[in-house]
Amino acid sequence: MELPPDLLHQAHYWMRLTRALDDRGTFLHKQSKIVGGYFSQIGHEAISVGAALALGPDDVAAPMHRDLGAYLVRGITPQRILAQYLGRVDGVSHGRDGNIHGMGDLNYGIVGFISHLPASLPVMVGMAHAFVLKGEARVAMGFYGDGGSSQGLSHEALNWAATFRLPVVFICENNQYAYSTPVVRQMYVDNIADRALGYGMPGAVVDGNDLSAVYHVTRTAVERARNGEGPTLIECKTMRMRGHAIHDNMAYVPPTLLEEWAQRDPILRLEAHMQERGLLDDAALSDLLARIEAELDAAQAFAEQSPYPDPTTLTDGVYA
Amino acid sequence: MTWDQGLHKTISTINDGTGREMTYLEAIRDALRYELQRDPQVLLLGEDIGVYGGAFKVTQGLIEEFGAQRVIDTPMAELCMISVATGMAFQGFRPVVEMQFADFISTGFDSIVQFAATNHYRWGQAVPITIRAPGGGGLRAGPFHSQSNEAWFAHVPGLKVVAPATSADARGLLISAIRDPNPVIYYETKALYRSLKGSVHAGEEGIVPIGKALQRQVGEELTIIAYAAMVVEALHAAQQLQAEGHSIEVLDLRTLRPLDDDAILASVRKTGKVLIVHEANRTGGIGGEVAALIAEHAFEYLDGPITRVAAPDTPVPYSPPLEDAYRPNAAKILAAARQLLAY
Repeated sequence: MELPPDLLHQAHYWMRLTRALDDRGTFLHKQSKIVGGYFSQIGHEAISVGAALALGPDDVAAPMHRDLGAYLVRGITPQRILAQYLGRVDGVSHGRDGNIHGMGDLNYGIVGFISHLPASLPVMVGMAHAFVLKGEARVAMGFYGDGGSSQGLSHEALNWAATFRLPVVFICENNQYAYSTPVVRQMYVDNIADRALGYGMPGAVVDGNDLSAVYHVTRTAVERARNGEGPTLIECKTMRMRGHAIHDNMAYVPPTLLEEWAQRDPILRLEAHMQERGLLDDAALSDLLARIEAELDAAQAFAEQSPYPDPTTLTDGVYA
Repeated sequence: MTWDQGLHKTISTINDGTGREMTYLEAIRDALRYELQRDPQVLLLGEDIGVYGGAFKVTQGLIEEFGAQRVIDTPMAELCMISVATGMAFQGFRPVVEMQFADFISTGFDSIVQFAATNHYRWGQAVPITIRAPGGGGLRAGPFHSQSNEAWFAHVPGLKVVAPATSADARGLLISAIRDPNPVIYYETKALYRSLKGSVHAGEEGIVPIGKALQRQVGEELTIIAYAAMVVEALHAAQQLQAEGHSIEVLDLRTLRPLDDDAILASVRKTGKVLIVHEANRTGGIGGEVAALIAEHAFEYLDGPITRVAAPDTPVPYSPPLEDAYRPNAAKILAAARQLLAY
């Protein structure tokens, strides 16, 4: 299950870029340059990057607010993302939607999500259904979480995908909390993936902080879907290391739980693994971090120079 | 004693097309068939629409003609179905989704108003889906198979809402809805399915643009504004008043979002009196919006109070005397019109 060095280097870059961009956003919010809500994804890097890397170039995905890495891997640039965060015209939604919501661009196979999780799941099921009708060997990936798993729509979407044997990979990110609600108040089962049996599809539980494991399991599911063998449900266990959004100090999370999960940080684990295999040393890491900071400095400069939308365009685009 | 007892008991004919005579239901099927033949991207989704031919047999014969890849029987899951259609639309298809009854559209609400309606505004990707919603009462079908809930969607930016009143419009508006790049809710009226006939255009003739109202009858003294089944009722009432020497205009809205402001205001400025009729209950209905439009832009032309005939604010009752008391009809329109004419 050891991944090849070039793939590890790629994943490492995207995970470090994801975290640095996330931190940059927090910084800009503290400066009041980003207004409204801001969602951190720290702790989710292995899931979003690992799952997105398992997709092919013509595949499609609907990441959520903890999946910044998936947007980056698919080709949505930090420039566009920071402009989006700042509400500028060069943002992915041109100031129409805020923070990480609504960052859809089908040129990169990305469907923008809405706050009503898991509303993207059936849209991805529909895209997969379209691939089958057109005879295209493409795969759709839908992300949702432990909270979204309680919505009736997740049942409808999984059932539909199984019934029509569609090429969908469902990534359920179980990060222990939906806002302040712990998983024990969300469900009575230990594993959301156990429900896969009830739909007639394979389910897998994976350590969501282990990049290699996430990639391996997701890649297997993607190949299975592409070969016409139907959908898979993958539950990635992780921990949301920040509040629901930036306003939330998550006093409801026991500090020991955070300390425990901090020991399993997905980036530090990947770096330890790469060092063990002689693929990374301190100098290379410093170089990479410096390169990423420079990249984000340029992206931030671009975003801050991007104009705000003209209020006279307010009603543009309501209709196609 | 025919027109005031409910349309389902009699056959009406409105000829506003030039071709073959069809029932309202046949005209809907004709539009679906025409679009399925014309555009390989058009496909149908719904519960029991394929092998069974639909709860009302609107789609009968289409699975045999176009196959199960294009006439797709689905699980009983409207919320999922509408977003599946959205995903298919993202891949170039033009899905037409059948709600078995307009009442069941509420289970698909988020997929319509939160996802599909906002998508183009948020990230520029159009959602060309059509949702067919068989609405309206008069069939003794009770509280959950009789609703006229079009106002829920007429409030939502990003949606279009249409409601044809004749066979020709049933075909012409459905073709427009399918070709429109936006999500369109197409309210078809169950009570008219087999009770209304009329000549229907063929081919590219008679395609009805979305957003255009139509004068069904031209008059000078009073404008009756209606849509769907209430157009037929309004025409019956107007005929009676004509026979009594009055000159009545009947304006069929045809599209509820966007409203044809110009046609509404032009008619009211001419007649000075307006009666708005809908089958849906009164509060928050389409009539309130039409009344506000007139009050804002044609106030000084009015010679009487803007008047509404609508159902009372109750669920739709089952028992015939209750449903007859609930549902507006020609007799109720006639009474309100007489009062307004005498004002």
